[in-house]
Amino acid sequence: MNLIAKPSKNNIKTYVPIGLSLVSLSFLDVFVNAFFDYNLMIFLPSQLSYFLPLLLGFIGFYLIRIELSGIHYLDILNKNINSNNFNALLTLLTIFIIIKSIPPMLDWFILEANFIGNSKEDCTGNGACWVFIKVWFNRFMYGLYPDAEQWRINTAFLILFVIVGASFFVSEKLKKYFILFLIFVFPFLGIKLISGGSFGLEYVESAAWGGLSLTFIISAFAILFCFPIGVILALGRRSSLPAIKYISIGFIELWRGVPLITVLFMSAVMFPMFLPDGTFIDKLIRVLIAITLFEAAYMAEVVRGGLQALPKGQYEAARSLGMGYWKMNFLIILPQALKLVIPGIANTLLALVKDTPLIFVVGLMELAGMIGLAKTNPKWLGMAMEGYVFAGLVFWIICYAMSRYSQNLEKKLSTER
Amino acid sequence: MNLKKLNIENKKIRDLIPQALTVLALVSVIIYFASNAQINMGNRGISFGFGFLNQEASFDITFSMIEYDGSHSYGRAFLVGLLNTILVSVIGIFFATIIGVIVGISRLSDNYLIAKVAEWYVEIFRNIPLILQIFFWYFAALRALPLPENGINFYDISFLTIKGWYVPKFLWINFNIFLLSIIAAFISIYFINSYATKQREQFGKQLPTTIISLALLILLPLITFLVFGVSLTFEYPVLKQLSPTVFTYEGGVSIIPELIALALALSMYTATFIAENVRAGILGVSKGQKEAAASIGLNKNQILKLVVMPQALRIIIPPTTNQYLNLTKNSSLAAAIAYPDIVLVFAGTALMQTGRAIEIISITMLTYLTLSISISIFMNWYNKKMAIKEK
Repeated sequence: MNLIAKPSKNNIKTYVPIGLSLVSLSFLDVFVNAFFDYNLMIFLPSQLSYFLPLLLGFIGFYLIRIELSGIHYLDILNKNINSNNFNALLTLLTIFIIIKSIPPMLDWFILEANFIGNSKEDCTGNGACWVFIKVWFNRFMYGLYPDAEQWRINTAFLILFVIVGASFFVSEKLKKYFILFLIFVFPFLGIKLISGGSFGLEYVESAAWGGLSLTFIISAFAILFCFPIGVILALGRRSSLPAIKYISIGFIELWRGVPLITVLFMSAVMFPMFLPDGTFIDKLIRVLIAITLFEAAYMAEVVRGGLQALPKGQYEAARSLGMGYWKMNFLIILPQALKLVIPGIANTLLALVKDTPLIFVVGLMELAGMIGLAKTNPKWLGMAMEGYVFAGLVFWIICYAMSRYSQNLEKKLSTER
Repeated sequence: MNLKKLNIENKKIRDLIPQALTVLALVSVIIYFASNAQINMGNRGISFGFGFLNQEASFDITFSMIEYDGSHSYGRAFLVGLLNTILVSVIGIFFATIIGVIVGISRLSDNYLIAKVAEWYVEIFRNIPLILQIFFWYFAALRALPLPENGINFYDISFLTIKGWYVPKFLWINFNIFLLSIIAAFISIYFINSYATKQREQFGKQLPTTIISLALLILLPLITFLVFGVSLTFEYPVLKQLSPTVFTYEGGVSIIPELIALALALSMYTATFIAENVRAGILGVSKGQKEAAASIGLNKNQILKLVVMPQALRIIIPPTTNQYLNLTKNSSLAAAIAYPDIVLVFAGTALMQTGRAIEIISITMLTYLTLSISISIFMNWYNKKMAIKEK
């Protein structure tokens, strides 16, 4: 009778050890099955042994579900993963799936993967062929940029990192100059360094640029330009002058209503038709203009959200101090409005970075494009999985870091009203 | 008096100048572009016009929902592309909503593990570019599927192979009657529900509307099968040997891998955003609302249905519609894996053949623009309707 009584504080001494050992047994069974491919319950009929871990775990979880047991860890466990039968079942299934999926993943990524070698023939294991990434790494980072000139890209990015890093440690006054330099001087200096053509640097045409560095270059320029355009468009949309207002609305809605891929198509095949015969604008510049205008429209909507959220009193206060339109916006309104919409701005920038692979439409190849090129190389067929997992990982790290940074920034800048 | 008048006129002029300048700049840019375009098209011997839509397209499309072959017109090819875009969008929206709602609710689960798994799902799939996910499914995951002769067999009904997913074809007789019966069921459910609401509000009677609705929805179509001669048979795909090494399936419907990869990637990517909306919506309902509902004696289901959901939906639906729109626009990435959507068929193949860049790109953009603007208009209407009416 005692055995089938409801678990409570009275029978805690018998139930908890039995329950815990049942749960451990079920995990052990799945673990051994997953890692060593051996079935502990082999003596049972196959149908039963298949569901046995689930059954054991379920009974075990039922037995240890004792409210206010007085044991600290047991209470935490029950509260978080074992609050009722349904939750216990979900917990078990989740843990089983995780245990089950570890060995194949581990095998593919590390244990049976190949790291050493120079060609596809060196990949003999069943796992991933990381040799592919190793051999092509240079191309994935720099595209078709000549090997001998790659120090230029490295230098440009190194200068960027040093300046950004240094600006965290210098005084407020110097910081201002650093930022001004970064926004107004560095981009053009950097692009001159990478494209060359003067100061004794060899000219490298933009069609040869590629890989991850191109992703960064495009993202950086688009971010730089789309922000001010977006702010101006947002102000235009809130303007009291009808012509400016409706032109802004039309512009914003036009870009927001179409997919980026059609905009890129437009920049590639339609835009040259609108220029005088014989004029040639570099492909990369056309793409940059297209992406910038596209993202500026999204940025404008985000900024508008911030402008709308500001109480009217702020405008009136600025006016009553005798400020004009521009002074009011740049000194009073925008600093507050932009602070309000940092998450939105970060999301737009994140979307921009995630959109850069689309430039394959016009034949430019950043990371994803280079992988597409590498996997169709006759010597390296069948390497799509490795390539896209690698690219996914790289992009994931970049985007995750960006989103984390924006969350921190938001916390740091949040001021109580 | 005179000074004041001057001031007003001053302000008018002050307002007029920037507007006039902007309009002037815009008009001159347009005129400049238009004149250049005219010269360029004149040089190439093409004139602006949409007459080419009636010309024979003479290219094939791998996947089409309406009858199409090379002898049809460019206009028809456009329609095929548009329908394919709509198809993948609808499938994507359907699955994105299901996954999104499940993940969104899981993130709020009191089960720590489930909440964590849902959180990582969102973090992982949201932070990888959609195009990479499409490439991954299409070039890596689906390419790992077996050849037709040893396809993955689902009870001899359906087969998953590297060439696509073969599913049974529905062969209907008197499908119209069946459709009518379902419409009739929905109409009667609507009336029963409004009657039940009236009864509840006037007399406080509770009618079992859920059971009645379910019964109607099942019984009415069932009756058409028994009485009105509606019948449904399936045509199963069957493996057929074309040559000693080449096998294929005949019969049934083949869902091409491009469609599977695209729908999978679109729904899993968009689901992360929908999940965040759902979570925000449910969190947005203040705790006091739930406590107030509990204190007047509603049970858990009633609280969810009558108090939490109506308020949460008001927060969830607008951004979710936006995500649906994004999904539709993102479906244009189909061009990257050669799924014949509007961008690939029309802005790709048709443009290459005719060289009419301006017309074709304009039509494509206008199509998407129409879609977006009509959804925006609907959303504005919906927001107005759903906005809390303060007394």
